[in-house]
Formats: sequence, C-alpha cells, structure tokens
Amino acid sequence: MEALFTPAAFTGYTYPNETVFPWGVLIVVYPYLTGLVAGAFTVSSLYQVFGMQRFKPVAHFALLASWCLMLFVPTPLLLHLGHPERAFNAVFTPHWTSAMAMFGYFAGFYILLLTLETWFVFRPHIVHQAQTLKGLPGLFYRVLTLGSYDLSEKAMRYDSKWIFALAVTGIPAAHGLHGYVGFLFGSLKSREWWSSDLMPVIFLFSAIISGTSLLIVLYVLSCKLRRVPVDVDCVKGMGYTLWGFVMFTLLLEGVEFANIVYKGREGIDMIMLFVSTRLLIPFFVVQIAIGAATPILILSFLFWRGVAGKALVTGITVAGCLVLINVIMMRFNVVIGGQEIAKTGKGLLYYPWELLGREGVLAAASVLIAPFLLMLLMVRVFPPWEDETKALSH
Amino acid sequence: MDEKEKLEKQQAGRRAFLGCLGGAVAGGAVAVTAGSVLPKQALAAAATTPESPPAPAAKAYDPTKHKWAFGVDATKCIGCLRCVEACKLENEVALDAHHFRTWVERYVYLDGEDTPHVDSQADPVNIAAAGTERDYRFSNRYKDEKVDKAFFVPKLCNHCTHPACVQVCPTGATFKTEDGAVVIDHTYCIGCQYCVQACPYGARFFNPEKRVTDKCTWCYHRITKGLMPACVEVCPVSARVFGDRNDKESTISKFLADNRVEVLKPETGNAPNVFYVGIDKDVS
Repeated sequence: MEALFTPAAFTGYTYPNETVFPWGVLIVVYPYLTGLVAGAFTVSSLYQVFGMQRFKPVAHFALLASWCLMLFVPTPLLLHLGHPERAFNAVFTPHWTSAMAMFGYFAGFYILLLTLETWFVFRPHIVHQAQTLKGLPGLFYRVLTLGSYDLSEKAMRYDSKWIFALAVTGIPAAHGLHGYVGFLFGSLKSREWWSSDLMPVIFLFSAIISGTSLLIVLYVLSCKLRRVPVDVDCVKGMGYTLWGFVMFTLLLEGVEFANIVYKGREGIDMIMLFVSTRLLIPFFVVQIAIGAATPILILSFLFWRGVAGKALVTGITVAGCLVLINVIMMRFNVVIGGQEIAKTGKGLLYYPWELLGREGVLAAASVLIAPFLLMLLMVRVFPPWEDETKALSH
Repeated sequence: MDEKEKLEKQQAGRRAFLGCLGGAVAGGAVAVTAGSVLPKQALAAAATTPESPPAPAAKAYDPTKHKWAFGVDATKCIGCLRCVEACKLENEVALDAHHFRTWVERYVYLDGEDTPHVDSQADPVNIAAAGTERDYRFSNRYKDEKVDKAFFVPKLCNHCTHPACVQVCPTGATFKTEDGAVVIDHTYCIGCQYCVQACPYGARFFNPEKRVTDKCTWCYHRITKGLMPACVEVCPVSARVFGDRNDKESTISKFLADNRVEVLKPETGNAPNVFYVGIDKDVS
C-alpha cells in the first residue's frame, strides 16, 4: 500500500507539522505552465495587437501553444487537491478574501477567451477543411464551423475585429492569471522567502521570458522537423524580446533578494544559511548564472557582433533553452525552496523526492509533457505555420 | 452545525475514556504507555457504545454568548506531554511524529551559548527515547551538559482574531465562529493546503486519511458542552487554562487579569487568542 505521506528530514528546529510538505513538484509545474501560457500569448499579441509583422510566422502557433498549455493548467492543481471532486466548491461558493478562490474565474475566462480567439484565427482553415474533407474528419471540421462558412472579405474583416478585441482583452487576462499566481505566494506573510511585494511582478516577467523561449525553441525545432528554412528575422525579434525581458527579470530577482538580505528581518540567518549552502547550486549557479546571466551574455554577443543566419538562430535557441531551465528552476526554488526554510526560522527541511505516487516526479513530468503531446496533435488539426497555410489555400 | 453534531457523536464514547486518562495522570500513574493499543480501545469504545447520550446542552449552546480564549503558563509546564497524548486520542489525530494539534517545545540554553537548543516531542532523539512515535517523551539529552536555563512551551492553534488561514481558504471551509474558535468543515474542505502554508505557527496539517486540513479546535465538541479541551483537562500542573472571557470570574479572565501576557509572532497581525506567560525572546 502506498504510504499516505512522505515525511521530510530536517536540521535545526521545525514545527512538527512542517515535516510533511504541503506543496510538492506538482505545484512547481503549475506556475511553470501558466507562465508559458502568458508568455506565448504575449508573443502572439505582439503581432495581433501591436502589429509587429516579424512575429507573424509564430503568431498563430503561439496562440495554439497557449491554448494547449492552458488546458492542462488545472491538472496539477486537481491532482494535488485532497478532494478534487470538491474543486468546484471554490467556484460555486467562493470565499472572496482568498486569492485562490479567483483561480476558477480567471482560468475559466481565459480558457474561453483563448478558445474563441483560436477559433476565429483558424476559421478560414476550418471552413476550407469542412468543404474539402469527407467522412469523419470532414464532419469534425463541419461541426467546428458552427454553421459559419462565410469567408468573404466583409466576414474576414469582422473576424479581424474580434481577434483584435480578444487579443487585447487576453493581455490583461493572461498576465492577470499569472500575476495572480505570484500574488498567491507573495501575499503569504508566513514565509519570508515568499512574502514579497515584487513576487507577482517577478512571476509576470519570468512568464514572458519562459513563453518567448518556448516559442523560439519550438519554432526552430518545428522548422527542422518540417525541413523548412527558419525565418531569421522572426527569431531575431524573439531574441530581442527575450534579451530585454531577461535583463529586467534578473534585475527584479536581484532587487528582491537584496531586499530580503538588506532588511534582515527575523529568520534571515536561516535564509542566508539556506542560500549559501543548499540553494547555492539551484539558485546562484543554475537559475542566475546558467539560466539568466549566460543567455544575456550570449544574446548580447550575438547582437553586438551582428551575427546573422544559422549562427544567430543557434545562439538564440541555446539562450532560449537556458531561459527555460532558468524559469523552471525559479519556480522550484520559490515553491519548494520556500517550504524548505522552516517557519520557526530555526531549521531547514529537505524536500522528500518521490518518483511515483499522485504527487511524484513522474506525475509532474507527465503533466508537463502532456500539453506538448496535445500540441503535436493540434498542429495537424490546425496548421499554424504560415507556409503550410499558404500551401493549403492555394 | 452538522459537522459539530457529527463530531459529538464520534466523541461520545471516548469521553469516558478521556476521564479515565485524566484520572490516571492526576494520580501520578503512567497509565498511557501502550499508544498503539489505546487508540484501538478508544475506537472500540466508540463503536460499541449502543447510542450516544443525548446532548441537550449542545443544542442550547449559543456561540454569541461566549468569547473563548486559551492561556499557557510556560513556567508551570513540566513537559510531561500528557496534553499531546490526550489530544491525539480525543481528536483521532494520526499517531505519528508529523501530525499534531498540539505539541510541546523545549528550549534549553547551555552554558556559554546565546541561542537555545529547541526540540519537540517529534524530534528523532525524543522519539528514540520514547521507543515509538506513538509515545511521547523528552529524552534526557542534556544530562551531561551544563544548562543555564530551560523551559517548555506548549503550542497549539492560536485561534487568531485575524486568522491568515481563514483569509486564504478558497471555499470558506475554515472559518471563525462567533465565539472565537477557528474550525474546519471537513465535509467542505477541498484539501488545497493553502491554509497550511498561510499559518505562521505551523498549527495546521493535512490529515492524510481524510485528505483535508486539520488542526486544533480547542476541542469544540467539548467546550460547547461546558467541558474543557482535552489538553487542559489532563494537564497535571494547570499550565494550560481555558475559558470564557465574557465571564469575568472564569479561569482565563483571571489569568489575563493577573498576568502580563504575550502572544506569538504579534508582527503578523494575526492577533492570537492563545496568551502566554513565561516565554522567552527566542520563542516564536
């Protein structure tokens, strides 16, 4: 029989109840997913709202990726809940003073918005497929048309207005959803490591960099798989976006850490012991040095030297991969790290890693991988790539 | 109220048992050592009671008429841990070293050291001394040291006036009653554990069997019938006091009037309703 819980080892003094970690790796995956959603949506909006043409090659994919990721955002939470069957208690009878009670509304609204925008964006494709395909696939697309086959210029202008409106609304919705995740942690006064006014902002910016990085990596990967040339200008644009936002994120994280150290409130000794020993590699080496400083150096070098072509794409992709590591490490260092510092301020706990079980690494990894499997399917149902769309329409 | 009634029924059979336990402690006898057996006895007693006695007092209970508060006189606590044991049995708390509605901390200042050595009954050394996680005792680990100062501090939920746990609960499953107790509706809690995170005192835990959050209720099923919380009942030295602040003659009112009390972590703004006497600056 599976053990009901895995207690954590500790040093120093911790409250007895603290030896069972309330939140595990599933709650690390949750903000990572919402961050990717918000970041990918941001890139999509740069094209849809701000008309940045260089992002056109990835704009539709960004939207589709957001949608696939967003569908799985509630999964880690449901897996984590003691009574997932009661999850809707928080929606039907929300306790208004609780930040967490807002999740259902934020997530529900945003999933609806994303679905609508995705439908509008891919409507020409849906109609085209509905009219050409036979059998079950044809029926699938005919249902998706919702009875609307009008692709006239007037209808497309109408669609564009909707897409624009949804994309504009989606910016605060996506960022609100993720800023709210930051607020969940930052608003808790019980843990010095979390209790920071900067937390929502840091979560927001780290979301943008993770989503942009994901798009860079997936776009370049898809071009390789589809054997089509990479749009260097698009990748360079995302590289610039990444560069700016990573610098800002790093600055915010630095300011936040400096604040904790400089204020030196009760429990600071334990925090300093924690960061200088246990967090030395996960925080300073992986998150800061490898995940943030190195990409900044790589991107700075690429842009400074005017590197172009394949080398530029490779460099930006490597930077993107590193930033993806940075962000998941940041989520880990916040969620797990925060709980490893005992509330007593007199002890440290060791997160008990579990491979199997409902909240084990395997479950968390599956939740993290699932949206990408869905993406693999969805890019076939709704081809997001410009070249393929063009080929289909001709 | 449904939850309360359910609790009453569950606990009815164990009340007699607790009385025996308290009597045994008062008599100085170490009556409860076989922790692994006793809970089963308690459960069996509950199961075999033909029917729960009627509780007219509970029906007549008016929460608006009371303002409960708890006092801890740390100078009296001898660290016998009967309170921990009674609480575990009375409230069916998991009999392990990781789930406690109440616990006792020991602060020991050794000669020449500025910071205390702190442990609780859940410390591995103390568990080893007890022989099992189901028994509770403090080992004599400092017997070869020169001790400058040492004292015990009983801990429990502070039933705060501004409870952070209630604030963050997404469903309202945990709430503050009109009489001041912070309780949890186990039939409505979704088990997100946000409240466990929010509590600065580590008073909450996740009940691994019920898969909901759990914590001290000041034995709400007892106090609403005019009884004392189990931990107060069994404390052999009256280090724990409980009562109604609306009653000026109550033990707690006198405790608050006669002592200069303090609360834990006042800087959180939670405004605890567990008041301490005789704790030191390092207690948090």
